[in-house]
Amino acid sequence: MNRGAQAVVMVFFGGAILRATMDDVYLRYVKQGLRPFLIAAGVLLVAAAVMALLHEFRDQRRTSAQPDDDGHGHHHSGSAAGWLLLLPTLALLFVAPPALGADTAARAGSALTNSRQEADDGSRGDYSPFPPLPPDDPVKLTLLDYGSRAVYGEGKTLRDRQIQLTGFIAPGPDGQPLLARIILSCCAADGIPVKIGLRGDVPRVSTDTWVQATGQWIPETAIDPVNGSDIPYIRLDTWQKIAPPKDPYE
Amino acid sequence: MLLILVGVLNRQIGGLLVDPRLQTWLTVFVSVMVQAVPFLVFGVVLSAVIAVFVPRSFWARALPRHPALAVPVAGVAGVVLPGCECGSVPIAGSLIRRGVTPAAALAFLLAAPAINPIVLTATAVAFPGNPEMVAARGGASLLVALFIGWLWLRLGRAEWIRLPHRAHLDGLPRMEAFWAACRHDIIHAGGFLVVGAMAAATINVAVPQQFLHELAARPVLSVLALAGLAVLLSICSEADAFVAASLSQFSLTARLAFLVVGPMVDLKLVSMQAGVFGRRFAVRFAPATFVLAVLVAAAVGMVIW
Repeated sequence: MNRGAQAVVMVFFGGAILRATMDDVYLRYVKQGLRPFLIAAGVLLVAAAVMALLHEFRDQRRTSAQPDDDGHGHHHSGSAAGWLLLLPTLALLFVAPPALGADTAARAGSALTNSRQEADDGSRGDYSPFPPLPPDDPVKLTLLDYGSRAVYGEGKTLRDRQIQLTGFIAPGPDGQPLLARIILSCCAADGIPVKIGLRGDVPRVSTDTWVQATGQWIPETAIDPVNGSDIPYIRLDTWQKIAPPKDPYE
Repeated sequence: MLLILVGVLNRQIGGLLVDPRLQTWLTVFVSVMVQAVPFLVFGVVLSAVIAVFVPRSFWARALPRHPALAVPVAGVAGVVLPGCECGSVPIAGSLIRRGVTPAAALAFLLAAPAINPIVLTATAVAFPGNPEMVAARGGASLLVALFIGWLWLRLGRAEWIRLPHRAHLDGLPRMEAFWAACRHDIIHAGGFLVVGAMAAATINVAVPQQFLHELAARPVLSVLALAGLAVLLSICSEADAFVAASLSQFSLTARLAFLVVGPMVDLKLVSMQAGVFGRRFAVRFAPATFVLAVLVAAAVGMVIW
């Protein structure tokens, strides 16, 4: 790989990163907080490429002016591994793969693990009691908040309230549709689903459809066969299809 | 011509992507890359600064003369590098180039991604019920880094490390040398990062989670299983605590092994180390680090829990 090729790869790679931060595409892969760092990194990549091109052109002009100059030895440095950087570049620019969805929710265990050993040694015993819900009606909750209140808080703070959840439809272990959302702590490689079981007016729509659903807590849980975690339920009164949110993760 | 090719490719790839599993693979691959880029670029810039602007004599003055003492100083110095493991590989390579004893540079390489404040804070947030996990992680990681540094002094051979040929920076004007070092490291380490990210995405999609669930009940096997999983998953050290917290069917000791091994040995790191230090180095360094990390994590876990 010579200097010119390296510069081209870096321009494309940095450009693809910058392009993804211009709209919400980057939110499919990482958290919002990483955006300024992504922009800085993209700018640096492009700057390094521009400098390499400038030096390349200058040296070329110099070598053509003085054919005896031993300039060519400097051009062929770096391994062919650099070409691999074109793979994520092309994937970002032309495919922009979608955010994690029902496939991950089906294969990975839910985040609401209430493991026995933690309950036994009491470390969960002083788990902060949940503050009461805000007075809104219906009250909007994240799936994680609803699930935690249902599983760890035994539903005490949820009783007799209309609750609105936003998530996508994923197939449950028993074939029934679940409401799910992926939690991201850093990037999609560590995405963990939260799954909520559905009763009442269950949406019969294709998987990966985003819905906004309103309903009430019911004292029912199932066990996620993947990792033994709890799947709390909600009884839905109404639901509607919605466009995927800007930030698909919680 | 290129546009036509891209257009055709676009349709071809679009057709392939109907398979949800492949789609998940691509999403995870791209997201590992996107997430690593700022850290890679940051590490590369820092290592270029070390290579070009910090005089060789600085390291001779900053580190104790005796290599056995330089190891702990370099290891503890890892506290100040707020980043994850992708950035520390080029930095360690740059340190060796500038005359720092390899044992000290390797201790820094292992310690920095595990014991910096960002990673320890993330660990505290992920384990609200077990604050001792932070101390256990920091302590065990630092111990492993120091042991490896000292082990290198006893057994390591300089010829195992083959830093890739880099255009002679010394003859160039400073700014030009800086940009040349940046470009070289980005291309080199970045290319190997791609290999590691592809491997990590494959594991992420291919390993069935039920299998792990069944391993969790056996104490010894569970430690080895999570240590192996840390190698395969190649999660950034700033995020791995959250994943470890979610693996709650496993014992705390097993999860500590996950947190200690992950930032030191994983697919993308081994790939990058092979690229930056040479293959002969990587095939010795990674297994030795893995074994030591598992032993230290198990020992620390037994003492605490």
